[in-house]
Amino acid sequence: MRVALFITCVNDTLFPDTGRATVRVLERLGHEVVFPLEQTCCGQMHANSGYQLEAVPLVRRFARVFGDPSYDAVVCPSGSCAAMVHDQYARLAELSGDEELARAVTAVAPKVHELSQFLVDVLGVEDVGAYFPHKVTYHPTCHSLRLLKVGDAPLRLLRNVRGLRLVELPEATTCCGFGGTFAVKNADTSTAMLTDKLRSVLDTGAEVCAAVDNSCLMHIGGGLSRQRTGVRTVHLAEILAGTE
Amino acid sequence: MSRPFPEAAREALENTQLRHNLRVATHTIRGKRNAVVSEVPDWEALRDQGARIKEAAMRHLDGHLEQLERSVTAAGGTVHWARDADEANATVARLVREAGSREAIKVKSLATDEIGLNEALAREGITAHETDLAELIVQLGHDRQSHILVPAIHRNRAEIRELFRRELPGTEDLTDEPAALAEAARRHLRERFLSVGVGISGANFAVAETGTVCVVESEGNGRMCTTLPRVLITVMGIEKVLPRFADLGVMLQLLPRSSTGERMNPYTSLWTGVTPGDGPEAFHLVLLDAGRTNVLADPIGRQALHCIRCSACLNVCPVYERTGGHAYESTYPGPIGAILTPQLQGLAAAPTLPWASSLCGACYEVCPVKIDIPSVLVHLRGRVVREAKGDGWRARVAGERLAMEAMARVFASRRRYEAAQRAARAGAWPLSRGGKIERRLPGPLAGWTQARDLPVPGASFRDWWRRERA
Repeated sequence: MRVALFITCVNDTLFPDTGRATVRVLERLGHEVVFPLEQTCCGQMHANSGYQLEAVPLVRRFARVFGDPSYDAVVCPSGSCAAMVHDQYARLAELSGDEELARAVTAVAPKVHELSQFLVDVLGVEDVGAYFPHKVTYHPTCHSLRLLKVGDAPLRLLRNVRGLRLVELPEATTCCGFGGTFAVKNADTSTAMLTDKLRSVLDTGAEVCAAVDNSCLMHIGGGLSRQRTGVRTVHLAEILAGTE
Repeated sequence: MSRPFPEAAREALENTQLRHNLRVATHTIRGKRNAVVSEVPDWEALRDQGARIKEAAMRHLDGHLEQLERSVTAAGGTVHWARDADEANATVARLVREAGSREAIKVKSLATDEIGLNEALAREGITAHETDLAELIVQLGHDRQSHILVPAIHRNRAEIRELFRRELPGTEDLTDEPAALAEAARRHLRERFLSVGVGISGANFAVAETGTVCVVESEGNGRMCTTLPRVLITVMGIEKVLPRFADLGVMLQLLPRSSTGERMNPYTSLWTGVTPGDGPEAFHLVLLDAGRTNVLADPIGRQALHCIRCSACLNVCPVYERTGGHAYESTYPGPIGAILTPQLQGLAAAPTLPWASSLCGACYEVCPVKIDIPSVLVHLRGRVVREAKGDGWRARVAGERLAMEAMARVFASRRRYEAAQRAARAGAWPLSRGGKIERRLPGPLAGWTQARDLPVPGASFRDWWRRERA
């Protein structure tokens, strides 16, 4: 398959390793990966902060960049940004009153997949030949779980990683408290939620907390680092990219 | 305008007793709900049905309300229309006076809390006695309710024992056993049930085709209020109307499982007008608008009116669990309050509530009538940004608007986006140590760095791609 990588602005800028890992996993499985350099941001921050009208040009840009018919799929190492396309693009196109945009969005959205969903549900692959000799706990991020409904796709992938010991996270489906601008606008509540998530992570005794969203991991990891816990956060793609 | 949510939340978060009480209570009730919902094989179909019933009720609300008026009148009741809180309060006060009473007993009702009925009656020299145990606790403590269903969820039994010993005569030896506390409340309340001639209730549902009003409760005190007094006054938001009697069959399956986590609640009272020789001699139904028809005008926001006040969204909300209900400074707290209050009272009255959510979606998952709360929150954020006026708010939004517009320009061009990545790298580097920022930053990132380290941008992914692949 010819796969276009939708990296997301957060990964592009702050977590390039996740992008490289995604490329490595997809190429290892025999797919051609292309990276359209014209991509920037999907517009989620604007849309969720109340600046829907300002998000519309970003929706248009996304539809143009990823609407290239030569792409068989658009794969994204972020549940939240993939969910943005599926959950909000149609409504934003409607808000703009631009029917052509609405058509373009309807055409591109079905091709957009979060990485774990693409691997398990589209490609039917659960073992990507990875090796990661660590004790890992998995935090299901809210948007991957409740908007994209990735289900246990990430866990199936993790269970097939050689050397990896998966430990269950208590109260896993409770939000970590990130929530985009919520983390700064309601910093105290966000921190209270984070504190409980950190306790759950530490209770597992895991060395690594994994997820499919680096934004949530930046929040969880920022707390783990501030408290000098020694526990790391690692994106699922980077675990899947590791080999012996 | 109420206090901004972040400010009110900070105060609540500092109260460790409150946070402990809330955590225990919400987790207990969540567990009970999960158990009784998972045993219903067609729960999702039932939710769909509930959503459809409420949608149908709202679509022809005017017709259903007029039918309700005809049905109630035909059954011997009287219907009063109230445009706002003042009209409703004045009507109730007049009805109590006309009944020759200076007192009324009340079954727990959110609508009357919303319009401040007790305070309005007090100004008219009428005492309203709350009879729901939790409402009684709130009233005796001169406190505010903090949960739709469990108004005193922020109190534990030791605190309640102290309150009763202070406020109720003859309770010096009271223990904090739940049974003993309930017994003390019962003794206090029975006297009132038997002596007060006017009852005031809310309504969970009212059926247009029959004129039947329905109150769902756990204690039986509500039934005392609706059957013992000579005169019964029910105050009901207009959105509570159901078209058909059969609709109750769906709602009464959804409501108790979602709210108390019970298969069926202990007391479900249904009455239709008056019946000579049985129950009240006079029945008055006050239909309250108070902003509801305005909400109907918003095609995305109006689903908030579908709410059946089960409070499942509060119990699963990670924000509510930490802050409790008082931080919302509204009769309706939690996720539903965050979308209902700004719509009922106007965006300027509660402009920060739509942001009191991490958009995790847990509320939508449990809502028995499938209100897409996260989508409405996002929609209302947009409305606040575009419409909210008023001094403080406008100033607050102005800086953010500039930043958002600047970001939009950056993301609109590859050249500017890449330049911004380079600028971020250059700007962050002097602050970083060992690949992260550990110090507390000023400005908009202060909230982040108060408790979290921040990663520092290095070479971007696209730098690598261009070097290695392009």
